[in-house]
Amino acid sequence: MNEVILTMEGIDKSFPGVHALDHVSLEVAKGEVHALMGENGAGKSTLMKVLTGIYSRDAGSIVYDGRKVCFSSPREAQAAGIVIVHQELNMMGHLTVAQNIFIGREHTRGFLIDDAQMNDAARQLFRQLNIDIDPKEKMGRLTVGKQQMCEIAKAISHEAKVIIFDEPSAALTDTEIEQLFRIIRVLRNKQYGIVYISHRMDEIKQITDRVTVMRDGKTVGTLITAQSSKDDIVRMMVGRVIFEKPKTVSHVPADAPVVLKVANLNAGRMVRDVSFELRKGEILGFSGLMGAGRTETARAVFGADIKESGEVFINGKKVQIHSPQDAVREGIGYLSEDRKRYGVVLKKNIVENSTLACLRRYVKRGDLIDSTAERKDTTAYVAALKTKTPGIEQLVMNLSGGNQQKVVVAKWLISNSNILIFDEPTRGIDVGAKQEIYELMNLLVKEGKSIIMISSEMPEILRMSDRIIVMCEGRITAEFDVAEATQEKIMNAATRDIAV
Amino acid sequence: MTRATGKSIIKAIGTQRLVIIGVLIVLFAFFSIASESFRRYTTLITMSSYMYYIMLMSIGVTFPLLTGGVDLSIGTGVICYSIVGSFIIRQMGMPIGVAMLVTIGMGVAIGFFNGVIVAKLELPPFITTLCSMMIVRGLGSILTGGMSGVWPMAGQDGSWFRDLFKVTIDGTIYPVGMVLIIILVTVMSIVLNHTRVGRYILAIGSNKEALKLSGVNAARWHIMAYVFSGFFAGLAAIAYAGTFSNITPGTGAGLELDAIGGAIIGGTAMTGGSGSIIGTFLGVCLISLLKTGLPYIGLQANWQQIITGAIIITAVTIDMARNRKQRAG
Repeated sequence: MNEVILTMEGIDKSFPGVHALDHVSLEVAKGEVHALMGENGAGKSTLMKVLTGIYSRDAGSIVYDGRKVCFSSPREAQAAGIVIVHQELNMMGHLTVAQNIFIGREHTRGFLIDDAQMNDAARQLFRQLNIDIDPKEKMGRLTVGKQQMCEIAKAISHEAKVIIFDEPSAALTDTEIEQLFRIIRVLRNKQYGIVYISHRMDEIKQITDRVTVMRDGKTVGTLITAQSSKDDIVRMMVGRVIFEKPKTVSHVPADAPVVLKVANLNAGRMVRDVSFELRKGEILGFSGLMGAGRTETARAVFGADIKESGEVFINGKKVQIHSPQDAVREGIGYLSEDRKRYGVVLKKNIVENSTLACLRRYVKRGDLIDSTAERKDTTAYVAALKTKTPGIEQLVMNLSGGNQQKVVVAKWLISNSNILIFDEPTRGIDVGAKQEIYELMNLLVKEGKSIIMISSEMPEILRMSDRIIVMCEGRITAEFDVAEATQEKIMNAATRDIAV
Repeated sequence: MTRATGKSIIKAIGTQRLVIIGVLIVLFAFFSIASESFRRYTTLITMSSYMYYIMLMSIGVTFPLLTGGVDLSIGTGVICYSIVGSFIIRQMGMPIGVAMLVTIGMGVAIGFFNGVIVAKLELPPFITTLCSMMIVRGLGSILTGGMSGVWPMAGQDGSWFRDLFKVTIDGTIYPVGMVLIIILVTVMSIVLNHTRVGRYILAIGSNKEALKLSGVNAARWHIMAYVFSGFFAGLAAIAYAGTFSNITPGTGAGLELDAIGGAIIGGTAMTGGSGSIIGTFLGVCLISLLKTGLPYIGLQANWQQIITGAIIITAVTIDMARNRKQRAG
């Protein structure tokens, strides 16, 4: 093995009431991609924050590049060569790419900033990584994937020796992930030490050399990736085995009625002539690359965006949906991919969130809200959906991603939605909770609900869908029954236009 | 070729700013046609002397706005600093140069105070500056014992400061203050776009957390935005003293809204991150033109308020629609 660049040993950290890190150890070698895995709340982020000086440690030692270190701020860690590429990208959208990369280290001539030189320097960085981005472009106008590449370029420009990727693929499309991996391999060859935090098992197998698994603030162990199986790792993470088996046949009876029919829908550049049918008890998967128009289609159907043309039928009856209110009245519920922004009201409790979409039903006597009824229904759904919370008064911001998602589901069930649109239902949700969301979706369709599931994760699409629609550049390019669908076929349809 | 050059010129000026220039020309033509008395050189002088202090305040307040904040304290601040300045001259017998320095110094001090509270204690800028607006309103009266402010009149000792804004040669008044304004607009444009303080102020409005994580002492630069605002309020106080002979303590509330309005019309986003000093300049020109021109067609000050309000709503709506389109395209 290569020379070790970073050793963290016996790291201990407590917050009031929580023992966040309990003698955690981690070792990273030069030219190694080291995965750090664990469920949400296992302590991965805390560990990285201790490393980069955002938190101070209670005990333990960090040896970096041959000497003991103790950083008191991210700035110090950065200066020493430890850089995080954050999960939530830290970019300033109004500034240009080059301005972002060199923020805090501007090249100056006297009082004036030398933007031309910074643009050149950025161009040079991109050349090193073999990526094509215009340094003069405003950061906010790049795709998430490209923004991330800029973050990586920034890390390299800091003369980093250790680069930490915090769930880098969470918002990327498959092609972007491939490009990310290409860059990570370049970095590995250049002898950087790389920490790779991710929930995605297939990525871990693909890109990492070793895996350290954390659970409940403790290190469970370190494995050599090539010598361990998926189940080995997952078992260490959750203490139980999860089998990710794809659905092989559709569970929808052949005579199930069509509950939603969309005909020749057009809405902007991203939704062109889209037609499909959803049947009772069906999970209809929408696959495609990021930007294929799936979310836009869902939003247009739901009335959140303006439709240019097209018809929507519910239970065979033509309906006019001009706004989300109309959609809710027709029994459609939409679970946004960006849960924190569009799904839940973070600073309100579970009750308030659950009854948000149909508060009218709980209003009586003038305009007073009947909180007893509200609480009764919420309690019932918290129990039915197995939402893990100390109580229904808990603020939603304090729940984990999986449990937040359940609150959103409860919201739509309470408002009697029969058609649920799940947009990236498990984004940012850890493995154990993912399983529960899947079970929940299966339960919902068994009870006669119908689900449209938009997902960028191929295993998820293959595992959950009865039927799969593939979109590419705003158009439907293929439709498969799950029995005939394969990853290759879907990928082909998703990239049809791009590949040529 | 010509088309490409044309396009790049349009791009450089910015669509919103072009629209304002268009509106300015149309309005000016309209007032000139509608009213004979508007078509006089003296109208320009009236307009410019009103414009100076609003312009200075507006340039200053652009910086807190760019951070996503606001500075409400500049309105009453202008009056307070100006009264204190006059107190220094009248009661303490100091030379006018000292009075000017103190006036500006007070603006800087209050700006620094606002900045520290917003950036270090992380109070919302609206609340912070609303409170300091009240504080400076009281402070002016207390420091000077409730006296009105009077700066040296023409012919008196120290009246040279009035020459900074208008010079009378052979009975003709020249608004030399415009030269000062144009210099300041140029300098502050460079500060905003080509120096670190400007860059970081834009970055704070864009994503302060990201700036901090980049290892920049964001609080320090955040404070600077409010110091700029206070500094320009101090300059505005001098311009105000040059325009009005008598400064009543406790007034000034509302002036800040004209200044903020000018910046917003000029395309500064209240959410921070984008805007320009030239935009602010044009925005204030528009407000001043309305304020001066409307009485000539028989509409009084109240109408000017209503029209300014409507223009701000229109400007922001256009700006938001364009941003949305940009994002979609």
